[in-house]
Order: sequence, then structure tokens, then C-alpha cells
Amino acid sequence: MSILIEHISKTFGQFQALSPLSLDIQEGEMIGLLGPSGSGKTTLLRIIAGLEGADTGRIQFGDRDVTNLHVRDRRVGFVFQNYALFRHMTVADNVAFGLDVLPRKERPSPSEIKKRVMHLLDMVQLAHLANRFPSQLSGGQKQRIALARALATQPEVLLLDEPFGALDAKVRKELRRWLRGLHEELGFTSVFVTHDQEEALELSDRVVVMSNGYIEQVDKPGDLYASPNSRFVFDFLGNANVFEGKADQGKWLNQQASLQLPKGIEQQDGQLYVRSHEFFVSDAPTEQANLPLKVVAINPIGAEVRLELSPIGWQSKDIWEIDLPHKAFDQHGYEKGQTVFVTPKAGYFFADDLAQPTPLHW
Amino acid sequence: MATHLSAAPIRPRHKRVLPGLSLSLGTSLLFISLILLLPMTGLIMQSVDMGWARYWEVISDERVVASYKVTLWAALIASVFNGFFGLLLAWVLVRYDFWGRRILDALVDLPFALPTAVAGITLATLYAQNGWYGDILSSLGLKIAYTPWGIVLAMAFTSIPFVVRTVQPVLEELSPEEEEAGMTLGASDWSVFRRVIFPALWPALMTGIALSFTRSLGEFGAVIFIAGNMPYVSEITSLMIFVSLQEFDFPAASAIASVVLMASLILLFAINIWQARYLRRLHGRN
Amino acid sequence: MSSKKQASSQLRVGDNPLVKWLLVGLTLFLTAILLVVPLIAIFQQAFVEGAAHYFNSLLEADTLHAIGLTLLVAALTVPVNLVFGVMLAWSVTRFEFPGRKLLMTLMDIPFAVSPVVAGLLYLLLYGNNGWIGAWLYEQDIQLMFAWPGIVMVTVFVTCPFVARELIPLMQQQGREDEEAAVILGASGWQLFRRVTLPNIKWALIYGVILTNARAVGEFGAVSVVSGNIRGETNTLPLHVQLQYEDYQAAAAFASASLLAFIALLTLLFKAFIEWRQERQEATL
Repeated sequence: MSILIEHISKTFGQFQALSPLSLDIQEGEMIGLLGPSGSGKTTLLRIIAGLEGADTGRIQFGDRDVTNLHVRDRRVGFVFQNYALFRHMTVADNVAFGLDVLPRKERPSPSEIKKRVMHLLDMVQLAHLANRFPSQLSGGQKQRIALARALATQPEVLLLDEPFGALDAKVRKELRRWLRGLHEELGFTSVFVTHDQEEALELSDRVVVMSNGYIEQVDKPGDLYASPNSRFVFDFLGNANVFEGKADQGKWLNQQASLQLPKGIEQQDGQLYVRSHEFFVSDAPTEQANLPLKVVAINPIGAEVRLELSPIGWQSKDIWEIDLPHKAFDQHGYEKGQTVFVTPKAGYFFADDLAQPTPLHW
Repeated sequence: MATHLSAAPIRPRHKRVLPGLSLSLGTSLLFISLILLLPMTGLIMQSVDMGWARYWEVISDERVVASYKVTLWAALIASVFNGFFGLLLAWVLVRYDFWGRRILDALVDLPFALPTAVAGITLATLYAQNGWYGDILSSLGLKIAYTPWGIVLAMAFTSIPFVVRTVQPVLEELSPEEEEAGMTLGASDWSVFRRVIFPALWPALMTGIALSFTRSLGEFGAVIFIAGNMPYVSEITSLMIFVSLQEFDFPAASAIASVVLMASLILLFAINIWQARYLRRLHGRN
Repeated sequence: MSSKKQASSQLRVGDNPLVKWLLVGLTLFLTAILLVVPLIAIFQQAFVEGAAHYFNSLLEADTLHAIGLTLLVAALTVPVNLVFGVMLAWSVTRFEFPGRKLLMTLMDIPFAVSPVVAGLLYLLLYGNNGWIGAWLYEQDIQLMFAWPGIVMVTVFVTCPFVARELIPLMQQQGREDEEAAVILGASGWQLFRRVTLPNIKWALIYGVILTNARAVGEFGAVSVVSGNIRGETNTLPLHVQLQYEDYQAAAAFASASLLAFIALLTLLFKAFIEWRQERQEATL
């Protein structure tokens, strides 16, 4: 079922949780709401579910206007951050709940309910835990039971609030793939909330990046990564190093550091954002750049080695991070305390008075 | 031999960080022994002295048995009433904001703070035939004061706070998510209350009712003024002890008291065990 | 994000206005009948024969003596139970030892035991026929049917209150603060006075107030051991009973109104503490 969100806004007291925003979600799509805490993503999800009322705007499921519909009549599946399993019920009773509370006319017979519950438990591969209580389950198991419970009434919309937030890294990865598979198999429309960019990029058909109650950008994961449209998205989507430059005679200057403007770029003050793997590292300044930095830490991270660097003779708000393949790192053998020079290969430039970036290549 | 010695486990000498264990525990044990346990020896000696036949004769006396029944029934009805009223009060105090909520919250403790004798004479006056309530009730053909219902009323009054104060914190800490989960699954408010909220409150509610029942069994001051104290009809067991004492029949008083004491100790231990068990289940340790 | 504000706009079970006002209305109605009207009735009955009569009956010699005795009992009971309550709370919340749970259950006995039984226990032990009482009698010491007996049973009946207020709080606060103070070199007394006491101050005061309220109002246990000698071993609640049974209802309610006033002060103080706590939490 498609979901149409039009001019939805919400305030809590003085706090503007959502500024009027609109979003169009296609049938069968998987949408990730990504943002830091306080960005309004959970509020938006709860408004879609009907757990929270919006101040303005309207919501439509397919052709049905559900703006004023009570949560229990919206027929959405909702998976809570802490699973919210009913502690005093067995796993089977938890999953059966949505069927048990149907009005008598619509309610399947007890044997039919039992059959459907077992089927759902099979689907989440936890049939052997049917008679356990939630307190006896692990986090990953609870999560899968919460999903089975939400799916029991066969909702066409599944909403998930930080579904993997409380799990450890390995289980999280496993469950993510499993959810993706389930989504493709059953074809429901899903919206999930996360603050983990990796999760959003891996799982979603489209990612909605939010901050301070606004939607910053809606795009496919690949496009989002390739062309972030604001400083915020750039920052949030990962490890960008920022060079604050004053333009002067074809160069950006920051105290003793300097960087050549690429050809065909207008001379303007602003910030240059460069991702951590878009660098070339050398022992001396290059023609293009004079950015001296001191190695303060060396951390091997998976397939790469991350250097943490602090500027020498110029200013940066944050420590710089640069990722090198092991091979390149081993060839040079950098050490803590050593001075290195970096040269960006590609980046994005935000002029002081503009929100939109210009992609740069040298 | 040497190896055998060195293989002996080194016992870690656990040194406590905080000071005052022997002082505080010593004082507490001394106090409990002197104030709580020592006095019980008198009762035990008195009961043993009188011999089993006499003991049984006293505690199975018809008038005394009638008092057990009245006390138990009245306490049961009072505590069940407080189960309902207490749950309602707790719900309203936790869930709703309205003018006077704070006053209501404070007022709940009135029965604990008000001396029982004061409660007793006040209730007796209100429900007596010419009292504010008694007047209305007698025009309806109802009589509460000086009947067993007066006992129920006095017991209910003095034990109102128990259920409220045990249910209230549990209700406050109930996670809204479980409720919301129920609603997203299509359950009506009533279904969510009955199937999700109530089961979570049940252990606390039971504890509160049990405490209220225990307190009602022992209530004396509030009851005697309104009960009418008619033999076989509206005499509570505490009064039977009191009456025996006034007749200087110490053995009889001790025998009846030993029954009451045992009943309340059993209840107390049962409540504590039950409470420990449900706390453990709630926090997921098996 | 402020979760408190969010809570106010959340959808909760029973927030339908009709349901809400029905339940609130029912509660207020029942509370008015069961609690408010009786409270008003105490004062109304006290003044039913006029203010002059009210003050005259309070100024009667026997009433004044009863007030004095009651204050004496409270003044002796409260400090004893304060020390015991703190000691007990400290030992069960700061240490693990076998029998800890049992100790906490034993502490609850006075709550569970009928006050008449409590009075009887003391009478049997310290009365002239009791094994300690008989010995005391030979030494010409009379505890029962005299004020020391009244103090003893009152200590029994009120001993759990302070500990009951402190234990949950001290359990929740944990031991870290105090352990940190020990590491910093604080002595036992410094530790208690400068770290523990500021944290438990209000609970302690409330425990004292409750102990006081109950000590002032205890009836069943005291009536067993007092002997009801007018002007000698009559506490205020016993005096209320005597006056009431003598058909001096207005005088009985006049005395009762003093006790009800103490009860109201107790409630007011509790409300104040809770208001203070909520305000503190709100500013955090």
C-alpha cells in the first residue's frame, strides 16, 4: 500500500518536532528515516502509525485518508524499539494477540489462530520457543518475535522504530538481511527509523535524511552518497574532512595551509568537504596542496587503516580522518607523531552563502 | 607434604568497604530481639502452661469462633472493596491530570495518619441513626452502624491506602510501549486494559489486597466504636482478647491471641515470599 | 528531545474524555463520601456546642494531662525508633549477609500484628505474672499500667516506619557515593553525616513524622497496657474513648480534633516533600 504524507507538522510545547513536510512512499517500497536523535524521525513514524496526532496536514494509505483514524483502525504493523513484548504472555500468546482481539465476526477459530501463529513462528525460525516467556529470550529472538507479532494481522504497512538499535553488531547484520528478505517475499510497504547510516544505506530502497524536523534529502542510497545536497547530509553520511578556505589568487588559504582551486571554479570563500578515502598522502607538499598534518593515532579498521591527523599551522574544527588501504599504509609505514601532507582527489565545495554544493575534481 | 599444603585454596579475605556493619547490624538485632521477639516468649509460655485441652476449649469456644468468622468475612469484604477502590484511585491519580489531583493524592493517606480511635468515633457518629449518613440510610431501610457492616466500613476506611500505594508505583512505571503495541495490533482500550495492563498490575494489586486484609484482621480502634459489639454477631477477635483481659483471664486472652498472631505471621511471610517471587519474574531472572 | 512533553500528547488507554471524567468523577464522589466528609465531621462535631465549650473541654485538667502524656510518649518513642530505623536501613541496604531478607520480614511484624495482641505480648511479659514482670515486681518496678508500658508498646507498634521509608530509597541510591567517600578517606561518622544523611534527609524526616503520627494516635496496644487511669495513664486517644463513652461527644471530638490536626499536618508535610521532589526532578 502506498503512503502519502502531506504537510505534516508537530510541536511539543515550544519544541517544533516536525516542520510541515511531505513524503510520497510507493507500494512495496522500503524507506529508511535517517537522522540524529531529535531530528523528528521517530515522531514522523509515530504519526504515520497513528500513535501521535499531527498538528497539521494529512496522511493517506492508498486511497484511504487515515488522518483522523485511530491507531487500532489503521491496521499497521509496528515494531517498537525495545520490542514491547507482553511480559506476562508466552511467545505464542504474544504473536496471537492481534488475532485474539479481532471482533468476533472477523476472528479466526482458535485452531486457525494456533495454526497461523505456528506458521509465523516457523517463518521467524523460532517455533521451538513458542511456550517461553519474553524474559527468557535473547535480544535478537525478541526482535524476531516482535516482527512475527506485528505481521500476524497481515498488515500492508510495517513500521519499525530503530529495529536493530539494541542488538550487537553481528546479530544486527544477520537480522537486517533477514528483514530485507522477508520484505521482498511478502511485499508489504516498510518504513523504519534508524540513526545508523550504514543500516539505512544497506536496507532502504530510498533514504529520507532528516534533521531538526525537516527532510534534508530523499534519494536512493547510491545517489545520496554520490550527490549529497547539503552540509548536513554530507556530515551525517560519513567521515568528511572539512577545510575552511579563504579564496585568494586561485587558492584557498587557511593560515599556513593552502589548496589550489580546480579549473573552472569561481573564486569564493567556503568549506571544502572531502571524504576520508579521497586523499593522496605524501611526505612533502604537492603542487596542488600544502596541507601539513601530524599523525595522532593509527587504527586498523577492516580492510583499511585509519589515520587520525591534527593540522599543523592551520585550523580545523575536528580531527581529520584518512583511510588508506593496508597495502599503501605498509609501503610508507607511517608512525605516530610523524608529519604528513595530504592532497584531495575529489570533494564538494560549499560556498559561504550557498546551501548547495559544487562537486570538485582535480 | 609441601605440595599438598601449597595446593590448599587461598581463601579470599573479603573485606567490606563500608564501615558500620557490626554496629548497625548489632543494634538492629538487639533491638528486634528485645522489642519484637522477647515479648513473644510470654505468650508462648502462657499458652503452653494452660495445656492443650484448655487451649482448644478456649479457641474453639462458640462465641470466639463466631468472632473469627465475623472478622474474616469483614476483612475479606473490606479488602476486596479496597481492591476496586484502590485500583480506581491509583489509575485516576497516575493517568489523569485534573484540578485537585494533588489534594486527592495527599488525602489518600488520611486513614494512615488519623488515629484509629478518631476514625472510629467519627464513623460511628456519621452512620449512627441520627448521623448525616445514618439518617439517609435509615430512610432507605439500611443500617450500617452497630451491625457487621459497620465493621466492614471501619476496616475498609483504615486500609484504603494499602492498595493505592502498592499499585500506584507499578502503574507509573508501566511502559507506554506495551500499551501502544496492543493498540497497533487493533485492540480496543478495554482489551488493552484487560489483557495487557491488568496482568502487569495484578501482582501489586494482590499484594495490596493482602496487606489491606492483614491490617483489617488486626484493626481494633476504628472497629469497636461502630461495631456494636454484640456477642455472636458483631464481635471481632481482637475484642475477644480485650474482653478476656478485662476479666483477668490471661490464659484465654493468650490462647486467642496466639491464633491471631499465627494467622498474621503466616500472612506476612506469605506476602513477602509472593512479592519476592513476582519481582523476580518481572525482572526476568529465573 | 524532551520525552516529558512528548508523553502529554501520547495516545494512552483510557484517555477518552468520557471515560476520564466518568472515572475521575466516580473517584471524587467516593473519596468525598469515604474520606472528606468524615474529616469535616470531626471538626463540625467538635464545635457543635460552640467555641467556648470546645476550648473549655480542651482545658480540662484530665484532657491537659492526656495531651502531656501523649507528647511524652511521642518524645520518647521517636528518637528510639529513629536510631533503630537508620541502623536497620544501613545494615540491610549496605551489606549482604545471610538472613538479610528474614530481618526485613521480621521488621514488618508490627505492621501485621493486631495492636491488641501487641499490647498483650507486653502485658504477659512485663505484667506482674510475667517472668520478667514478676522479678520487676519484687524490685518494686511497675511498667505495665503506667507510662513506661505505654512507651514500650508504642515503640513496638511504630518501629518499622523510619526503616520502611529509608530502605527503598537507600537501595535505589546504591553504595557508590559512600564507597567513593571511603576511598577519599572519610571516617564512618563523616561518611554518614556528609554523604548519606543529605541524600536521605527528607525520607528520614517523613519517617519521623509518620512515627510521630502513629505514636500520638496509637489506641489498641496502649489501651491494653494503660489501665485507663484518668489523669494518670490516659493518652489522648484513650481520653477520646472515655469521653465518647461518657456521652460527652462534643468533648470527645474536641480532643479528637487535635489528633486530626496532627494528621492533617502529616499529610501536608508529605505533600510538600513530594512537591519538592517533583520540582527537583523537573529542573534536572
